[in-house]
Amino acid sequence: MSMFLLGLIRLLTGAQARWQGCPPKAEQRIYFANHQSHVDLVLMWAALPEELRSITRPIAAKDYWTKTPFKKWITTAVFNAIYVDRVKTGEQDPLEPLIEALTNGDSIILFPEGTRGNHEEPQNFKSGLYNLAQKFPQVVLVPAWINDVQRVMPKGEVVPVPILCSVTFGAPIAVGAGEDRGSFLARARQAVMDLRQT
Amino acid sequence: MNTFLRNLTPGQQVGLLFVVVFGLLLIISVAAFVLSLQDRHEDDLHTQKLKDFNGLLRTSWVMCMVFWVGWTLGETAATVLFGLVAFFALREFITLSPTRQGDHRSLVLAFFVVLPAQFALVITRHFDLVTVFIPVYVFLAIPVVSALADDPHRFLERNAKLQWGIMVCVYGISHVPALLLLKFPNYQGKNAFLVFFLVFVVQSCMIVQHLASRRLARAPIAPNVSKSFEWTSWLTAVVVASLVGGLMAGLTPFKPAQAVAMALIACVAGSMGHLVMKALKRDRGITNWGSEGKSVTGASGLLDRVDALCFAAPIFFHSVRWYFGL
Repeated sequence: MSMFLLGLIRLLTGAQARWQGCPPKAEQRIYFANHQSHVDLVLMWAALPEELRSITRPIAAKDYWTKTPFKKWITTAVFNAIYVDRVKTGEQDPLEPLIEALTNGDSIILFPEGTRGNHEEPQNFKSGLYNLAQKFPQVVLVPAWINDVQRVMPKGEVVPVPILCSVTFGAPIAVGAGEDRGSFLARARQAVMDLRQT
Repeated sequence: MNTFLRNLTPGQQVGLLFVVVFGLLLIISVAAFVLSLQDRHEDDLHTQKLKDFNGLLRTSWVMCMVFWVGWTLGETAATVLFGLVAFFALREFITLSPTRQGDHRSLVLAFFVVLPAQFALVITRHFDLVTVFIPVYVFLAIPVVSALADDPHRFLERNAKLQWGIMVCVYGISHVPALLLLKFPNYQGKNAFLVFFLVFVVQSCMIVQHLASRRLARAPIAPNVSKSFEWTSWLTAVVVASLVGGLMAGLTPFKPAQAVAMALIACVAGSMGHLVMKALKRDRGITNWGSEGKSVTGASGLLDRVDALCFAAPIFFHSVRWYFGL
């Protein structure tokens, strides 16, 4: 199934990875990228080389990706995704499943905007990325720009069309000594946006 | 030699052609490999040239393989193979022509209905429909679907883009396998030569034009579109390639004079088509559809390889059918 899916994604989008700021490497990483379509998650997964795909887990919105049995099955069996609640429920920390995965040594794919945007520029980043970076200073933070995915399947459409997409991976960033939340998140967002035209 | 060739079955003749082509490619590849061994990376320009040449060589291998696989698997498989080429070419074209959300349904129609339908018409030999299906029916249907998407913004421009993409990538390429399925009297099993004739003649025209324009270095006719296009080298290329076509008459169902005329038609269409595609690229602000995989879109430049053929194939096909009453 995963081979079939991979073939399909390559046929539709090319799913090309461009490693510009760092090589693909089996170290513990948090990839963070712009978010414009549900296909983003699938594309990031397909763009990673096979040996990294098995140790990298994408974050999936629980309400969307568990809605039907098929979506649930594909996110657990194929992507090995981590479900996150988009709506806060009581006391539970929404970052908990991510912390657990990072503690286990997995790499993760994060969309710090929290939800899909449909504008050219990414929305402001939520604080999750900052909190995780503080808790796991040894994990490398790699920005990524996903190009053109919103054209493959815009909001509200069900049939994808073939458009070549690429994922550009940039140079890793880190939280500076004593850097506050706001300026780090702005810098991270800028790092993602800088990859647009390179 | 001639009687030897004449005594072969059509299958053996086509097979021999592939042996010759692959043999030539092998010799060139070995030579290029030897040259690359001598390269000490002292001269960057030289190294880059070698790299470019190797890229070109790789594409030639792939193209020849596509033709060979198409020929061995039979006409239907060949048509499907060209359908895939059209799919990838259209994907590249659309990627580089920004579309809006309102175009989504039209794009679905183009990729998943129009493209398979056109190649199905080729396989089933509905040649009259092959010629009119896209320019008549599809061109009128696409704007309807776009209008239903309720987005009037740059409506004409967006539809024109999509229609052009379909015209060049689907319509143009579908006429190459259509040549394989044409039924000439006393020419059974040899249609692969017809495709070879078209491709070879058009490619020689492009190469001669490239070399001639370098040597002559005259002022270009349309400098904003092409820095190298001017009439003298164009005329030289068309004449030379048409004569090459005349020499190849033995491979085709044409008499020598007819072969020259057919080659002339293919070359004029192909070279003009190449110029049109250049104008399209300039409009999009790119020099190549692929720019060697370095572009943000990841396009591989398939369109750069087939653009002349996209224009030459339908016109060649139509002229052949019309003149010989097939």
